[in-house]
Amino acid sequence: MSNTNAQTKSVVWDWLTTVDHKKIGIMYLVAGAFFFALGGFEAILMRIQLMFPEATFLPAQTFNELLTMHGTTMIFLAAMPILFGLMNYIVPLQIGARDVAFPFLNSLGFWLFLFGGILLNLSWFFGGAPDAGWTAYVPLSSEYSGTGIDYYVLGLQISGAGTLIGGINFLVTIINMRAPGMSMMRMPLFTWSTFVASTLILFAFPALTIGLLLLMLERIFGATYFAVASGGNVVIWQHLFWIFGHPEVYILILPAFGIFSEIIATFSKKRLFGYSAMVFATLLIGFLGFMVWAHHMFTVGMGPIANSIFAVATMAIAVPTGIKIFNWLFTMWGGRIQFTTANLFALGFIPSFVMGGVTGIMLATSAANYQFHDTYFVVAHFHYVIIGGVVLGIFGGAFYWWPRMFGYRLNETLGKIFFWMFLFGFHLTFFVQHFLGLMGMPRRVASYLPGQGLDEMNLISTIGAFLMGVAFIIFVVNIFVSMKNKETSGDPWDGRTLEWTIPSPTPEYNFAQTPLVRDVDALWYEKYEGEGSMKAAEPLGDIHMPNGSILPVIISLGLFIASFGFIYHDDGWTWVAIVGLVITFGSMFVRSIKEDHGYHIPVDEIKKGGK
Amino acid sequence: MADQHVQTLPPSPEKATLEGKNKYLGFWLFLGGETVLFASLFGTYLGLRGSTVDGPGPSELFHLPLVFIMTMILLTSSLTSVFAIISMKKGNYKGLLAWMTATVLLGATFLGLEIYEFVEYVEHGLGFTTSAFGSSFYTLVGTHGAHVAFGIAWITTLIIRYRKSGLTLTNAPKFYVAVLYWHFIDVVWVFIFSVVYLMGIGG
Repeated sequence: MSNTNAQTKSVVWDWLTTVDHKKIGIMYLVAGAFFFALGGFEAILMRIQLMFPEATFLPAQTFNELLTMHGTTMIFLAAMPILFGLMNYIVPLQIGARDVAFPFLNSLGFWLFLFGGILLNLSWFFGGAPDAGWTAYVPLSSEYSGTGIDYYVLGLQISGAGTLIGGINFLVTIINMRAPGMSMMRMPLFTWSTFVASTLILFAFPALTIGLLLLMLERIFGATYFAVASGGNVVIWQHLFWIFGHPEVYILILPAFGIFSEIIATFSKKRLFGYSAMVFATLLIGFLGFMVWAHHMFTVGMGPIANSIFAVATMAIAVPTGIKIFNWLFTMWGGRIQFTTANLFALGFIPSFVMGGVTGIMLATSAANYQFHDTYFVVAHFHYVIIGGVVLGIFGGAFYWWPRMFGYRLNETLGKIFFWMFLFGFHLTFFVQHFLGLMGMPRRVASYLPGQGLDEMNLISTIGAFLMGVAFIIFVVNIFVSMKNKETSGDPWDGRTLEWTIPSPTPEYNFAQTPLVRDVDALWYEKYEGEGSMKAAEPLGDIHMPNGSILPVIISLGLFIASFGFIYHDDGWTWVAIVGLVITFGSMFVRSIKEDHGYHIPVDEIKKGGK
Repeated sequence: MADQHVQTLPPSPEKATLEGKNKYLGFWLFLGGETVLFASLFGTYLGLRGSTVDGPGPSELFHLPLVFIMTMILLTSSLTSVFAIISMKKGNYKGLLAWMTATVLLGATFLGLEIYEFVEYVEHGLGFTTSAFGSSFYTLVGTHGAHVAFGIAWITTLIIRYRKSGLTLTNAPKFYVAVLYWHFIDVVWVFIFSVVYLMGIGG
């Protein structure tokens, strides 16, 4: 029983039950890419509506639903899962580990995310999607919205639990499972940024959990935390949401910073400039990320003292961010720069992100914020940091790690066309939005009047959005066109870190022998100071592997079913909630009482795989 | 069989394997997240505890003697769980099971009193939907009570599942982590006792 090998399972069953971090990483990437396409489609629908003044392409209610779902989908179901996919695949390889600390929980985290995402999107078919913005401010969301918000609350609750589990898993993996010789200060920057982002997840997500719980109890069970008539306070929601929400943007951007640090060092053929300064800047950004949430609430009426403190704290983040920008520039300085697609994304990121950073400082100026608040200036700002930072990072990382993850390189020509078209489309879409905002166009409106000087720039913005859409299609085409370019080398980019030391495709057990790490950029050190390949820290032997399990799917499915019971609680569906919870806790119980000690891959098989 | 296991186990069986070490660290981190979770509930309660509207307020409802007895019961249950771990370290598996059983019984008594307390408050006119104070009170204290209930179910499962197995490298981390959890909900209760009950009566 304990020796169920992957070969004996059907493909579907294998993927449903897998606890292999590489397969889970790929599932995160596929699901995240799907939601990314969906969120992008929603954005394009909105841009079509805003292309001309007083357009009637979409009803205002649908527009509200689209803007809510676009934001929620992109943050929770696209950007984070795609980054989780890269982390899942790459981090264990970068630290010389055979898997993550909790392979079962890793699988559970993925399925919770997926079922949460599906639940959220089912709202489109059952009474309309949530329509109160991705921030779901009360009392709009608690008293004036339909069942869509219930789907929002429960969908995010389920996928948020998955994210929290994933964050703890990465933290334990990085602390406990590094290869011999890899001290914390020898870890690659992507691993470091994963570590800090996971810490932020650990301390930020519980605030969202409570926020969503309160909103659910208020909507479904009649609690009165936010209902002013019963003594409630609407600002509590804003605090809880942003105590989570601001660290969230650093959860997104820090891994992207890590990806760029890897790409820029690799394609400049130089060790990352100021490694320890980069590490401390990452830690400092993570720390300050918790100190600034109220800068989203400058106009709520917290008073000049609170506003000033949060304004200064916000501006302070520019310092460690500036340290990082200059370190990337100095890494390139005097390097032999290769303009691969991955590196183009890194180079395009630097000026784009700096522009987003500058508008961030403008927004942090609390007095001026009264003018910018809730206008397109804010929309332009956060799209500059999220697309100019996170999305460029994801695409750069995809091109960089594609040969590692899928065993073939993406076509460089198509890749460069994609890069330029996407970058151009991105700036075309959002640069003009700064001025739309300064001229007073509010965000989240379904239409505007002609002749107010808004017409041309809205048209330009929509054209840019189409360009980004076409560029993304070229990227998808690239994935399929390039499949024929089989990559046989495990180290296609002349890499520096441990993930490039193993054969392609990556063996199930990652490392036949755990490597011995002797410096930062372990592989590069062996190439130029050692004998060209990693030294082993252990003799060849049987490798212990965890067994797969279907329970993560069942646990997540139970919560998915239970959610409908809560949403339709008033229609007598409470029993559905009970059934769902019984399924979830029952399978947790089964997991708890069944000991599963995994199986071993015999040493002969490993010798065969290594050649 | 069981005795042989005990003699060959290393001094800290809960952290002797990589799985055990991972569980131990992972659970500490999880408790870090739980701290933020309860901090959010405490913040909400502090913001709303004056909003009694037409319903009864803290000083009209709370009976300190009952809550004090509950506090002592829960603190004692933490102590018995410490004795359980000491037994584990000494290789006394029967002692471990006995002290864990005592912990569960004390926890169940606490939970029973809490349910009694809630029923009393509802009879005195404080429902979940009566006022913002009521909602936030029941949410904070109820979330703690749900944690106690989960802990009771968890430790009971462990005791029954491993009643005959003796101490192994697999179940030692499980017992250890369950005790960490139990201490955590005990600490949270100390804050509830101070912030909700003492401040409710006195401040």
